[in-house]
Amino acid sequence: MCLAIPAKLVEVRGNEGVIELGGWCKTVLLTLVENAQVGQYVLVHAGYAIEVITEAEAYEVAALQRTVFGAEENHE
Amino acid sequence: MSIAAKMQSLREALAHWAKQAARPLTLMEVCGTHTMAIHRHGIHSLLPRNVRLISGPGCPVCVTSQGQVDQIVELSRRPDITIATFGDMVRVPGSTSSLERERARGADVRVVYSPHDAVALAEALPLRQVVFIGIGFETTQPTIAAALIEARRRGIGNFTVVPAGKRVPPALTALLDSGDLRLDGVICPGHVSVIIGSRAYEPFAQRYHLPCAVAGFEPTEVLDAIVALVRQAAEQRAEVENLYGVWVRREGNRRALEMIESVFAAGPARWRGLGLIAESGFLLRNGWDDYDAARRFGIEEGEVLEPPGCLCGDVLRGRLQPSECPLFGRPCTPEDPVGPCMVSTEGSCAADYRYGPRQSQRCRED
Repeated sequence: MCLAIPAKLVEVRGNEGVIELGGWCKTVLLTLVENAQVGQYVLVHAGYAIEVITEAEAYEVAALQRTVFGAEENHE
Repeated sequence: MSIAAKMQSLREALAHWAKQAARPLTLMEVCGTHTMAIHRHGIHSLLPRNVRLISGPGCPVCVTSQGQVDQIVELSRRPDITIATFGDMVRVPGSTSSLERERARGADVRVVYSPHDAVALAEALPLRQVVFIGIGFETTQPTIAAALIEARRRGIGNFTVVPAGKRVPPALTALLDSGDLRLDGVICPGHVSVIIGSRAYEPFAQRYHLPCAVAGFEPTEVLDAIVALVRQAAEQRAEVENLYGVWVRREGNRRALEMIESVFAAGPARWRGLGLIAESGFLLRNGWDDYDAARRFGIEEGEVLEPPGCLCGDVLRGRLQPSECPLFGRPCTPEDPVGPCMVSTEGSCAADYRYGPRQSQRCRED
């Protein structure tokens, strides 16, 4: 139940943001994080971002290395 | 480094430190999401002979008391109530029924992805009383707090919550104080820690001399935590190592903690298998009474016996492996569960049933 998913923030409108996840987009609430900006990565749980990190930090996220960044590497 | 190379190097480090420790070590993963990851990735099969990994009380559905399940079922029977809940709760059997059975009899039970969706549902159904089942640990509670604040701000009067949230550290204390269990290390729940911070475990390292490692959920991250704990044991250290530092800060998420604080206060809560634990529940603060479903509808949580023969309590305390329960596999299965540990996708019985080897095939590498 404590599953949370990292995803890139592609849009911010006040307390709402849009994340991109495996080719589709989903609206999340940004109520629980401070100063989330487009291009940063959020950790999403139950429809809310519960933490936010920069894109540079996101390269350290193992789950993203395996999925998003790993996939890019394979195309090179 | 590729994932395979990283796994190999972690296995070598694990073998080295396990040999250095030179005694049997019991580690506990507290979080149900870790339990699931550990089973799915076959981590048990990678452990040296002297390292044992057991599951703790880290599945919110599983630790919900039988009395609270009955309370929720009772609420669903009221014709004016629409239950909004996370999906895991629907099939949990109470003493006489479950939300699933009540839904088959006509109750209005809806699965939502977010507490925010439950508020939207209440707004869309102004003639219904929408009751959200607020189970979850510290990861989930800020989202429920945010939804309640939103409901109040928008003046939505037909929305209430069953405050069934629980706090992990008091349960861990109760477990350690029970004397049931000798633990040599704890894999701390990664996403609970995003909220409460890695500092929440410092008292455990200090007071109980218990190695703690905050971990993520990828196989390399889980194995990394196991190596860290075995190494601490070998070196006779007890510290909090934050191995999920990309998301987890020492002080946690301040804003989420403030949100929890403004809506909830710590109070006693009943845990399946562990009983009543002081300060372990998220109760609604004074001033939020209007949003408490138990108060509004006069249906309180009772003290109810657990299903006969069900040993979920012992499994949740780490005293029994799921397959040691006489009901495991027959008659208790994920399709027809007797206890909650077999219902929830994160329950240790469900994980063991799905991924565990048959008894005859259980073997380990050196």
